[in-house]
Order: sequence, then C-alpha cells, then structure tokens
Amino acid sequence: MATKSLKARQDELAIGNKQLEILNGGPFKEGELPYFKDKIDQIGRFPLRPNKLEILQINVGYMCNQVCEHCHVDAGPDRKEIMTKETMALCLEVIKNTGAHTLDLTGGAPEMNPNFRWFVEEASKLGIKDFIVRSNLTIIRANKKYYDLPQFFKKHNVHVISSMPHYTRGKTDKQRGDGVFDKSIQALKDLNAVGYGMENSPLKLDLVYNPSGAFLPGNQEAMERDFKKALKEDFDISFHQLFAITNLPIARFLDYLIASENYEDYMYSLVEAYNPVAVANVMCTNTISVSWDGWLYDCDFNQMLGLKVASTVKHIKEYNEVILNNREIIISQHCYGCTAGAGSSCQGNVI
Amino acid sequence: MADTYYNPADLRKFGKISEWSEELGTKFFDYYGKVFEEGALSAREKSLIALAVSHVVKCPYCIDAYTKDGLEKGITKEEMMEAVHVGAAIEGGATLVHGVQMMNKYNKLSM
Repeated sequence: MATKSLKARQDELAIGNKQLEILNGGPFKEGELPYFKDKIDQIGRFPLRPNKLEILQINVGYMCNQVCEHCHVDAGPDRKEIMTKETMALCLEVIKNTGAHTLDLTGGAPEMNPNFRWFVEEASKLGIKDFIVRSNLTIIRANKKYYDLPQFFKKHNVHVISSMPHYTRGKTDKQRGDGVFDKSIQALKDLNAVGYGMENSPLKLDLVYNPSGAFLPGNQEAMERDFKKALKEDFDISFHQLFAITNLPIARFLDYLIASENYEDYMYSLVEAYNPVAVANVMCTNTISVSWDGWLYDCDFNQMLGLKVASTVKHIKEYNEVILNNREIIISQHCYGCTAGAGSSCQGNVI
Repeated sequence: MADTYYNPADLRKFGKISEWSEELGTKFFDYYGKVFEEGALSAREKSLIALAVSHVVKCPYCIDAYTKDGLEKGITKEEMMEAVHVGAAIEGGATLVHGVQMMNKYNKLSM
C-alpha cells in the first residue's frame, strides 16, 4: 500500500487534465462506449443544469491521517492544502445567507485543519438544518487531542458520516491500511458511548461504504442489513443509515484501476449500470462544492479534476446563488459513477 | 477469430445472443433476471449458489461474473471458498457414490 499521495510521488495522475485525457480516451474515443454527454442527451438532460441548491459542501483541506488506496481526493499526511481562517470566514458569510439546508464538511480529514473547531462552533450558530462532518473515524483515535471529538460533535449537534469499507478486518485494512479496522471500531464505540447512532437518538451517525476494489456497490438496503447485523453481533455497535457510494475513476482509484488492468472493465460496468432515472437526482444538481482555497465546483469530483464551475461566479468571495444556479454543470465520463444502478452521491443512493 | 476458445471480453457480449433469436433470448434473460431477484432466498444466497454451480459446470464466464457479483454483495472470500467446496463436495460425492455400483458389480461377478 502506498504511503504517499500521487502528488508527493509526482505521479502524472495527480494532474486533473491528465485524468480527463484518460476519461475522454480509450473505449469512449474508440466509439465502443458512449460519452456521458450523448447518453444524457438521449433523455433531454444535456446540458445538465442545477435544481434548487440544498447542500453546501466545503472541503477544508486535503490533509489526512490515512492514505486510502481508493481516495479520489489523493489525500494524505503529505498534502498541505488547508483552508485558511480567512477563507473560512468567507464561507461563514455564505452559510449565513444560503438557501441550502445542509452544510457538509469534508477533506482530507477535516478535523486536521487547525481552525476546524472554530469553524464548526461558528457555523453551528447559523441555523443550518443538517450540519454534516465527514469523519474517517481513525482520526478520533489518532492522537489524544482528538479523543474528545465525539463530545465536541455532540455539543454542536453535528451529523457524523463516517467511512467504513467493510465489517471485517481484512477488507477494511486492505483498502485503508493496517490497524484502520480496530481504530474505526473503537471510534464507533466512542461515538455510541455519547449517544451517536443509537436507536431513536437525534445524534445522527451514518456510515459510508465504498467497494474495496474494481466493482460496484451492491444493494444499499441489503448492505445496511448485513453491516448492522455484523457490527451489532460482533462489536455491539449501532449506527443509523449506510450509504453505498460508487468509487469514481479519479486520482488514486483511477491509478489503481489502471495499474490492476481493471480500468476498461470498470468503465464498461459503469456504463452498463447507467440508470437514466438517477440522472434527475445526481448530487451536482443540488450541491455546490467549495475547495480549500475558495474555488467553486459542481461536486467534489470535479474539484479534484480541477473543473471549476462554468459561471461568472467562480470563487466564494463573489458567491451568488442566483447566478450560480443558472450555470451548466460540467460533465465527463466519471459522471457515469453517479448514475450507476440506484445512483450514487455523498448521501448514498439517489433513487 | 480469437486464438483461444474463451475470451474474457465476450462476457460483456452475452446479451447479443438475443440478436439471432430475439424471442428466445428475451425470454431467457427475463427468466434469468427473475431467478436472481430477492425471493424466499436472498439475492446474497442465490449469488453463492450461482458461484458454486459456476465451478461445477466449469464456466469461466460464470466464475468471473459471480465472483464480482459476490464482491458487490459484500460476500467475503471465506464464504466464496466455502461455496466452491460445497460444489466440489457434491461433485466428488457424485463420483464416489458410483463406487457403490462398482462394488455391486464386482461382488456380482466374483465368486
């Protein structure tokens, strides 16, 4: 397992344009598979446009304590891109006035941003209905200074969404690194102990499942059933919902697909699983993604590919929801990842 | 023509068999799809049965397809290997149970 990001390894796949070249080439260029644009054009959805904004997703930095093999952010301890307090202040202004009902903090490990707690404290005062922090779980056990995170989340009524690739040690550690499973289990117990994830508890704890390899996630409900049963029986752990998220062929997952000679088959699987019904609800139609340095994107994936919104408003300092809502969403072949099967988003299935 | 009898890329083309006999192909795939839906058996249990049978009928396409299907359904490699052994045990048993026929014949022919 790699311990450095693609960027630190100076791998060409750290560059958005190089990735786009691959996504536009191969079986698509050769005409074996249809471009995403043509596919959604068939159902009158091209150009793809936003619906009402519901979710403001803010990426507070690419630094992470883990170097997961499938990470589309290419996050890791060596990433130095961290949102400054000044940019956070600009975000707070936007949160104050937004029509979105959900604020979604992501990373990297958002908790590693030195101003993370200040930002959460300030943002939680602004009347957002659903305030999500995407926590990788192991961060809670990574260092003593993070041990009180469950209490901190509780104090600010944060909705915790955590990644848990599988309910068995082997699969989890293979994707995320040795020891990740045990630490994640401990962190889940810590969260349960303060009330997170317990039946009827208002402290929401949801888990995210991504496949640990070149295959698509199965039925979300069936997976949730299996996860709940195994985590309860083996570790007495409770959680609310499981979100099954498809891995998109971006950054380290793209690197893995190519290195393991699975890229072409994976793209065939995504195209084969294309579900036109999912197109209406893809997350870029209700989300704006903000990067660590304040640029605006249609989604976190486009952020990693360096595809800024196609709007006159491109940065948080000039944020304007009305103008942004008139944009056309930028698409490429990675978008098949969000329309496969029951659809995939940061909130799981979309249909 | 391919220089081997089995080409992994042919699995993707399975659906094309309907092109030369649309009615039968469509009926088969409708039936196939229905068989694997959740029923009295879960889709997960059906996937494991399919994996075991794939090995017994020694279909490389089916093995690829149901290994991937098992991964998608969160089935562990231990479960998959046990399913293969179930198939192998039945197949081995099917050979060995004929040993009784051999014994019967031997005894009949022997003084």
